[in-house]
Amino acid sequence: MIVYILCFILFIVGLYGVVTKRNLIKIIIGLAIMEYSVNLFLILIGYVNNGTAPILPVPDALKNKPFVDPLPQAMILTAIVIGLATTALLLSIAIRLYRKYGTFDIRKINSLKG
Amino acid sequence: MEIYLILMLVLMILGSIYSLHAKDLLSAVISYGIVGFALVIAFLLLQAPDLAIVQVVVEIITLIIMIAVIKDSTSEELKSKFNPKFYIYFAVVAIFAILFFYIFDRVTGTLSQFGEHFTRMATAYIEGSQETGSANLVTGVIFDFRAYDTLGEATVLFTAVIGVLTILRIKGKKKEK
Repeated sequence: MIVYILCFILFIVGLYGVVTKRNLIKIIIGLAIMEYSVNLFLILIGYVNNGTAPILPVPDALKNKPFVDPLPQAMILTAIVIGLATTALLLSIAIRLYRKYGTFDIRKINSLKG
Repeated sequence: MEIYLILMLVLMILGSIYSLHAKDLLSAVISYGIVGFALVIAFLLLQAPDLAIVQVVVEIITLIIMIAVIKDSTSEELKSKFNPKFYIYFAVVAIFAILFFYIFDRVTGTLSQFGEHFTRMATAYIEGSQETGSANLVTGVIFDFRAYDTLGEATVLFTAVIGVLTILRIKGKKKEK
């Protein structure tokens, strides 16, 4: 149970960074930390005590042996790669904003004029 | 085993707190790397080797892109005068933390304890693993049972690549004379 709570604290730290920081790079780091904590939480749910990785070198190798749930791992594998794509998109938007305004401060980036 | 996992999670929390409070953006990015690589070790402890390999690659690429952005702009953190609005932001975070913790408490009450998971939904995938011919159940699920998910993931990835290329394009449209 303490593992779940620590994972929750990590999520709240990321949320704190997104809400309170003014620097665009710090906001992106906060978003990435939130994403990591959610990924880790779903893997934690699928863990089985003394389980092995879900790999069968020969058929029926894991019969009557505990092994971890393969379904969350397959889902999170997709989510990690999509997280990389969104982070790259956010960083490219940040660098374009820096070229236009000369700062990463989100208070000075406030004109919506084209 | 669980004590190592707790150790890694504490390391991740400390790294993320330092990363958000660093005075220099380069050190913020480096300590963000601590979070990602501690996550790799946590995945290895949780018996997920596929995820650990993918996470290493993704973390290195993210760090390279972030360092490239910082080298291209500035690594100085903004000069922070004390802002009276900080209390409002902190209150917002606290309210959301309490709200999320209430929901989290309700949800984890219905889940089984850590390490006592019972595979319900994955049972069909495990029983049908002989038909895929894959030794690794995770890749069996990704590329056989849920191949359309992987197709959607590839679509999202290419859309993001097109977006990045469009945003970073130096030349705009030529103005008509």
